[in-house]
Parts: sequence; C-alpha cells; structure tokens
Amino acid sequence: MASYLKMPKLSDTMTEGVLAKWLKKEGDPVSIDEDVAEVETDKATMAMQSFDEGILHKIYVKEGESVPLGAHLALILAEGEEPPANADQPPVVATAPAENQDVASMKTTSSTAAIPTPVSVAAVTAPVVAAAAPVSTETTRIKASPLARKLAREHGIDLGQVIGTGPGGRIVKNDVDTAAAAPAGGGGSLGLLPRAQAKANQTIPLSNIRRVIAQRLLESKTTIPHFYLHIEVDTEPLMALREQVNAASVGSGGPKYTVNDFVMRGLVLAIGSVPGVNASFQGDSILQYGEVHLAVAVAIEAGLVTPVIRSAQSKSIRELSEELKALAGKAREKKLTPNEMTGGTITISNLGAYGISHFDAIINPPQAAILSVGTILKQPVVNDQGQIVPGQRMNIGLSGDHRVVDGAVGAQFLSELKRFLETPVLLIS
Amino acid sequence: MPREITYREALKEALDEELAHDENVVIIGEEVAEYNGAYKVTEGLWKKWGSKRLIDAPISEAGFIGIGIGASMLGVRPVMELMFYSFAYVAFDQMMNNAAAVRYMSGGLIHCPIVVRGPANGGTNVGATHSHTPENIFANMPGLKVVSPSHPIDAKGLLKSAIRDNDPVYFMESTVLYGTKGLVPSNDEIEGGELLIPLGKADVKREGTDISLIAHGRAVLTCLAAAEILESQHQISAEVVDLRSIRPLDEETIMASVRKTHRAIYVEENKPFCGIGAQISSMIMEQAFDDLDAPVLRIASADAPAIYSPPLEKMQLPVPEEVVARALTLF
Amino acid sequence: MAKKSVPYSDAPINASLSSDEKIELLRTMVRIRRFEQAALKAYNENNIGGFLHLYIGQESVAVGGISLLGENDHVITAYRDHGHALAVGMGMNECMAELYGKKTGCSKGKGGSMHYFAPDKNYWGGHGIVAGQTPLGAGIAFALKYRNLTGCCLCYLGDGAINQGSYHEALNLASLWELPVVYIIENNGYSMGTSQVRSSAHPEGGLAARADAYEIAWDKFDGVSLYEIRAKVQTAIDRAHKESKPSVLEILTYRYKGHSVADANAEKYRSKEEIQRYMTEHDPIENWKATLIGEGVLTEENYKVIQREAAAEADASAEFARKSPFPDESEIFDDVYWEVDNRTASGTTGRHFFHG
Repeated sequence: MASYLKMPKLSDTMTEGVLAKWLKKEGDPVSIDEDVAEVETDKATMAMQSFDEGILHKIYVKEGESVPLGAHLALILAEGEEPPANADQPPVVATAPAENQDVASMKTTSSTAAIPTPVSVAAVTAPVVAAAAPVSTETTRIKASPLARKLAREHGIDLGQVIGTGPGGRIVKNDVDTAAAAPAGGGGSLGLLPRAQAKANQTIPLSNIRRVIAQRLLESKTTIPHFYLHIEVDTEPLMALREQVNAASVGSGGPKYTVNDFVMRGLVLAIGSVPGVNASFQGDSILQYGEVHLAVAVAIEAGLVTPVIRSAQSKSIRELSEELKALAGKAREKKLTPNEMTGGTITISNLGAYGISHFDAIINPPQAAILSVGTILKQPVVNDQGQIVPGQRMNIGLSGDHRVVDGAVGAQFLSELKRFLETPVLLIS
Repeated sequence: MPREITYREALKEALDEELAHDENVVIIGEEVAEYNGAYKVTEGLWKKWGSKRLIDAPISEAGFIGIGIGASMLGVRPVMELMFYSFAYVAFDQMMNNAAAVRYMSGGLIHCPIVVRGPANGGTNVGATHSHTPENIFANMPGLKVVSPSHPIDAKGLLKSAIRDNDPVYFMESTVLYGTKGLVPSNDEIEGGELLIPLGKADVKREGTDISLIAHGRAVLTCLAAAEILESQHQISAEVVDLRSIRPLDEETIMASVRKTHRAIYVEENKPFCGIGAQISSMIMEQAFDDLDAPVLRIASADAPAIYSPPLEKMQLPVPEEVVARALTLF
Repeated sequence: MAKKSVPYSDAPINASLSSDEKIELLRTMVRIRRFEQAALKAYNENNIGGFLHLYIGQESVAVGGISLLGENDHVITAYRDHGHALAVGMGMNECMAELYGKKTGCSKGKGGSMHYFAPDKNYWGGHGIVAGQTPLGAGIAFALKYRNLTGCCLCYLGDGAINQGSYHEALNLASLWELPVVYIIENNGYSMGTSQVRSSAHPEGGLAARADAYEIAWDKFDGVSLYEIRAKVQTAIDRAHKESKPSVLEILTYRYKGHSVADANAEKYRSKEEIQRYMTEHDPIENWKATLIGEGVLTEENYKVIQREAAAEADASAEFARKSPFPDESEIFDDVYWEVDNRTASGTTGRHFFHG
C-alpha cells in the first residue's frame, strides 16, 4: 500500500526540520527501520527511519530544504504497486496536527477563537482619517484609599470636595465619614452632584476594516514623505451661487448640491490645469494618470471607506453629486463592491460638517495627493479697501507625496482650485 | 487544668502521643534517638519507644529523607527531623519532586503521608547556611503542605494533625521558640481527649479594630509586642492574625480581619522577595481592595544573607519597633 | 554427541521453569520491543510530547529480574521505564495512552513516559531525576522490614546514576540499616551521550565494585542471557529475603536507540558498527529464542506468531490511545492532595490552590 514518509518529530522542541541528505534515491528499495534520510533538527542531525517497506517512488523535498513536522517528504510504494494519479505532487495538508487541534477544541475559554477571516486588503481601500480628538483625562488625580472611594460612591460624595488627612493627604475612610456627616449647604449641593462613574477599560477587537486602516495608514505615514499646504478660499460667491442653483434645482426636482459637490468639481478642473498631482510614485518612475478617479472619504460606523467616482473629469457637478450620494449610501449599508472601492487616483476628505476649520490628511497610497477640506467660517476679513468686514472663508489643505509632487506644483494646484471656487460659475458651466 | 509548658515540650508531647496512636509512626533524623535530639525535642522518647520507633540517621539528608518518602509510599508514617531546615536544600530533589509530585505523576495511585519537621529560623548567629527560612519555597509547590506554629499550643495541636495527614507536611519550627512557654490544655480537659488543631485554620491571637498585623511563626510574637506598643503609646488597636498553616491557607480569617480594620501589615522572618507576605498582600489587594484604607505593607528580614555579627543580626530580623514605625505611616 | 547445556540453565530457579513459562518470558521481551517501536512511530508522528527513552536492546534485564518476584517483592526504576512496566504486568493500552497524554493512561495523562506507576503490581515508578529513585528504593525496603514482611525491592538504575550523591547515600544507609534492596545497574555503556570511560572514575574496575566501600555484596555480569540474569538476581533476592541485606548487581547491556529520541546517536558518540555488532551478537531476544529452539521448546513458526501478536497488540494500543479522550481541564487539580481528593475534613479546610 502506498505510504508517505513525513517529517518526523525527532526532539521535544522540534517544529520543523531540514532534509539534510537523502540516503536513498528514487527507485531504491527501503525496509522497516532502515535509514532513508538524514534530518537536521534544532538539536542535531539525525537519521530518519522508514516505518514501511517498499520502493522509494518519489521524493518531494530536496536536500537542504526546511519543512514543518508532518510534511510529506516522499512516497513509498509496495513492490509492484501502481503509483496513484497524483504521485508527482505531495498531498495538500489542510489542517494543523491533530494533537493541537484537539487541544484547541478542549479549551472552552480560548481567547483566540473569534478572530474573523481577514478579507483581502484590496476589498477595502485605505480610508482617510483625521487624527482623533485626544481622550480627556483627569489632570490631577485625587488621592484616596480604595475604601474611601467606595464609601464616597455609596454616599454620593464628590471626593474633590473632601480634604484628605491620611499620609500625603490621602483621603481615608474617616475623611469621607466626616464629609458625609457634615450638613449640606453653601456650595455643598454642587459638590454632591454625582460624578460619572468610572468605567473599566474595554478591549475592542480589531474589525477587518480597522485592521486595514491601521495597516495602510501606518504604511503611508511611515513610507511616504508627506508635505502639507493650506490655502484660504473666499466662499461668498460660491455660497451665493449655491443658493441660487439649489433653489432652481430643488424646484425642478433636481438634487440639492453640497459645498463638497462644488469642491469635487473644482478639484477635477484644477487637475486639468495641474495634472502633476494626479499621479503615483512607482519606485523607478512616476505614473501620471490620464483620468481622474476621485476617491471620497466616507465615514461609516465601522470606520472610513473611500468609494471612487470613476472618470470624474468627464462628469458634470450633477453627475458627481448624484454618484457620490449613491456610493455613500451603499457604503453605509456595507454594499460597496470591491471595484467601487479601488482604483482612485486622488482623494478628497471633507470634515467641514463637523466644524473642523482645517486639518492635514494622510495620503491614500498609491496616490500622491489628498485634499483636506474644512468648514466655512464666518470671520472678519480685510477687503480690498483695507477695511475689516464680515466675510466667509474655507480652508483647503493638500497633503502631497514629495517624491511626486513638489511644493510649487502643489501650490499651483491649490491656487488653481481657489480660482475655480472663487469663480464658481466655472464649476457649473 | 491548662499547664504552662514550653514549645519544645509541646512538640515532644505530640510525638509521644502519635507514637502511641499509630504503630506505623517512626521518627528518623540526625541524633533524634540515643543522643536525645540535637535540640532535645525528642528527649526521652528513644528510651521509652526503642530503636525501632526512633532511628538515628547519619548526616545524609538526601538519603534518609528519600528513604522516609519511599517508606511512606508503602504505609509507614515517618516523621523526619531536619536538625536545621536549612539542610532541606541537600534533600531538595527528594522533597520537591518525589514527595510533592509522586501522587500527581501517578494519577493519584500513590500518596506520601510524611512529616518533615525542624527549626527554620535565623537570629541565632549561625550564619547564612544555617539560618534559612524556606517556607515560601516549599509552599510554592502544589502537593506540599507547610505549617509554622508560633505558640506551644499550636505546636502540639498542629504536629499531631500533620502526622495524621495523608499528604506530605513540612513543619517549620524555631530554635528561638523552643524554650518559650505557653498554656496548653491537658488531654483530660479536651473534648475527644486530645489536642488536634486542623491545618488551614488561622488564629486571631489578639483582637483589634484599627490595623491587622498578620504573621506566621516567631513573627507572631513580634506582632503581639508591637500591638502592645501601638495600644499603649499611640491609641491604635491592632489585631494580630497568626496563620499557623501557610498551605493550606485560611484566607477567610485574613480577609475578615482586613475588612474590619482596613489596614494590614504582613510580618515574617523570611526574605522579602516572593515571601509569604507577597502572596498574602496580593490576595488582600485582589479580594479586599475596596476595604483598604491604606496600602498593604510587608515587613521581612533585611534582604541579605543572614549576617553572623550578633548585634547586626538582631537588626536584620523584624522587631516590634519597626512594626510600630511602619504601622504609624498608615494613619 | 552429548548436547552441551546452556550456562545457568541448570540453576534451580531456571531448572524449575516450565516450557510455557519460558515462552512467556520470550513473549514479554518481544512485547516490550514492539511496544517501543510503536511508541517511536507515534512520537515521530507528533502524537507524543516531551522525551521518549526507549528500552530496545535491554529487555532481558527488566524481564529477567522481575520474573523472579513474589508477593512482597517490589520494583522501582528510573525514566527508561516502559520495559519494567510491561514486565510487571501493566497493559500496553494504559501505557501507550499515557504517552499520548490521554485520560485512559496509567497516570491519567499526568505523568508521561518517564512516570509510569502501578502500586497494585508492586511497581513504584518511573522516576525522572537520575538516581532520585535510589533512596526511594531503600525506603520501600525499609517499609518491608519495618512491617516485618519478607520481601525486597529491586531498584533499577542506569550506569549514569552511580555518580549521583543520592545513590551513595542510599547505599550507605542500605548497608547501615540492613535493608533488603537489590540495586540493579543497567550498564548500557553510556550515561546519556557520554561513554562510561568519560563519566566514571575507574570504569574498568566495575561500577558495582564501588559497593565494596559500603560492605555490600556485588556482582557484575553480561545481560544477554535470561538464564544468567535470573540465576544471579535470585542470589541477591535470597540475600535480601534471608539476611535482610542489600546487593548491587551490574548487568552489561546495550540500548540500540539514543538516550532519548532526540539523541543523535548515529555517528556522535558511538559508531554504527558498534550498534550493529550488538544487534547481531548481543540481542537478548535472539539469544533467548535460540536457546528455546535449541531446547525444542520453540519453533520458528511459534516465534513468528508471537511477533505478529505482539505487533498487533502494540498497533491496537496506539489506536486505543489515539481514540481516547484527553483529560478534562477540571482534572488538573485532582491527584495533588490525597485529603482534597478524598474530601476529608483536612482536605476541605483552608485554601489549597492559589490560581486565579
């Protein structure tokens, strides 16, 4: 009967072995207990014996090759036996050694049981995220004994209002007892307002999307030499135009345009003037894209995704607007296809809706630029007459890959974008 | 009537009674028989019981402790004396592998009803080799039991229970305590007619409300002296908890005391690193965190090998004044 | 032509052997070898963890000595303990399952290869630390004497153990206290991977000869023949039973495999030729088989049946082990304390375990 020689366990610590030398060649007869090969383990080089007899039909592992325990090394056939159809290749080993599996299944409380199968990285293109706001922390920790803390909780006493008399000013049981016994009055009612309960730290397992975000953005920030530019755009003409356009559009059953729709259109037009930002670093060359596939950062519950509007250069503001709405809707329902999330050539991220005035975004590789769009702020501006008057400004940033885009090119691009946005009629023509 | 007898006499009474109680009890050790015991714990027993029941062993701890363990597997109940518990280290393989693990490795087919007893203390100017306190080392090994009595009554009651126990019990005494006296009831005034104190039961040696001083062995006496000073000079009421048995451990009595006083100090003559106090304070932190009004402190031997120089060795071990000073930092 | 009788066959202990008993001795040796081969295969297949010290080549030493034991005679050995286990009558299934770490193992999967025990068969292990069992063997003998039982303890050890202090302490005490213990040094020439010449002072004088220093009777002889082993071990047992005195026997034997399976034996510390020479000239099974065929007790056909049955039994034990369940997680804390296992007052007072 055909049998396979497998990499044997030859020591207590061995996990893989090097097939150091074959002592038999294909076609040689082998008998039980006969040395057939030498195996180098973590401890020594040792002879490996056959547990079967027959003819060494096929060798799968070359001398010098390292393979894990249990890997198929060779096929032994009984004398006169016909080789099986698949004899030229070792069988595919699909599972871990039985022993380990059994032990894993014994463990009822295994913490590693619930790791989901990762989806391919391509299925979720790197999203664009701005830095999260830092979690606020207690700036001065109140020194109180565990018992004092428990009692304060029970009595609803604010430890911040209690004077500690223990070593180093620690609040101890006595101090809380005294505070609890003291008559309420003056600012006391304020002090007695219950504080938020402390919550235990929570370990949140990484979702696949979070895993990809972490991986891609770390790669981007650590391997791409980022530089950052900002420009201020006077949005008064844009807002005026948008009001007119929306009034007309909604009246005729059309879409209501967002500021972002205009910015997208402006970005596409600006690339027409300065195509150098719509490019990618390719190691030994730079790829300048012929089309604009515009990736747009969309926040969803699980994180951020960047669906792509294809051939944006040939689309009107209405088409851009409608397509983005459709993509964002699919993103929230997690129905984006991999195709709809890949292939962007430049990205736009807009945090204006959150009141963010300006920010710097991390480039979405392999792209070379990302636009970061802030909110429109009403602010005093100095007009052409040198007078301070109320005005509106929007800050737009560009993060560029300096290997592809130089500062001057980025600046040209931003100033071209500013020109389009401040002359908004160009956006809808 | 309770009699006032020494710790040494209490141990001897226990041995004598158990020799009478079970013919399989045999006492083996260096100079335990004809010499009457290096510290006279077995004085007079050889004369009474003869050479079959009290056997002088040569200076050969690995050999005779191993023989005791082997004999215990076959139904003998040996009570082995180590002249100093420091000598356990030359019998370490026998005590840690054979006695502790043979039951486990045989899947429960074998057990070792053996007692290994002897003094485990410093403070007598005999230098580092003879001053070891290995209670933490042996208590670390599952399968072993470790007992360390502080008073004559405990010495007698615990030793009798240890000899009747069917697991290996390592019984750690103190040469400094051998001559101390205490009240021990006579058998005719005890229900059941004999003094048996169970392993795994701590004893509150002094009640108090403000701080728990927890200890084993001779450190219990240190704590009692400290409690007196705290009471008379500082109006602090200290409770003194004597573990008596280290493994098994009476955690309920410890936690009940801490929940009452909200402060705790562990005092021991062991070295501090991974000492018994480290274990106890960790358990208090885990189980009674919200009852603590101060961090749990540990007081142990100064962390160097036992020094010879007599006045300095006194300073190396915990003294009542140190316990008082450290206790005051918690208020 | 008068047939020359095999040496020691006429010793009383051997002359009284029936044909069936002789066949059973052969069967036990063959079963040990087949068990060890199956164990090696299982180890290579990663079904067994840790170490695996095989007894192949030394079968006569365990089988010869243990075949002489009566009701109050006991056995203890070191970590190369499978042969002694089968010789005292432990089953292949429980032994193999122990190697697999299964609940059905002789120690419920808690001891492993080095720690087999069967106190109901007077077998006290199975000890992992070199020479650690030698005081225990004296202790078992002490207990026999203390309890006025006429018996002895065969305490097996390897030639590497004779340089450990505990062995010499045990010898001194055994002589001093006149304990009925028989120390059997299984001298296979190598303490782990170090030859006798490189590990023991005065090796040519005989390892057992050190017993002279303790005024203990000793003997040294070749271990290829069951007749010779039985005759000479019997002498030592008689000394224990009748005089309550210890003995030291050094039996020359050879292990075909490495110290453990992880031992690269082939070309490091002994030559292939040396191993081959022992296999062809000094194999205890071949020797006994030839003896029995010469006596007309055995035929080649019978021998093949014995081989086949032993192989089938060993294979079946591996299958039994494979199918058996692992111990339950809850069993980790069983068998640590007798008092806890038996739910006595002592076992339920105070905290015994400190995890979590």
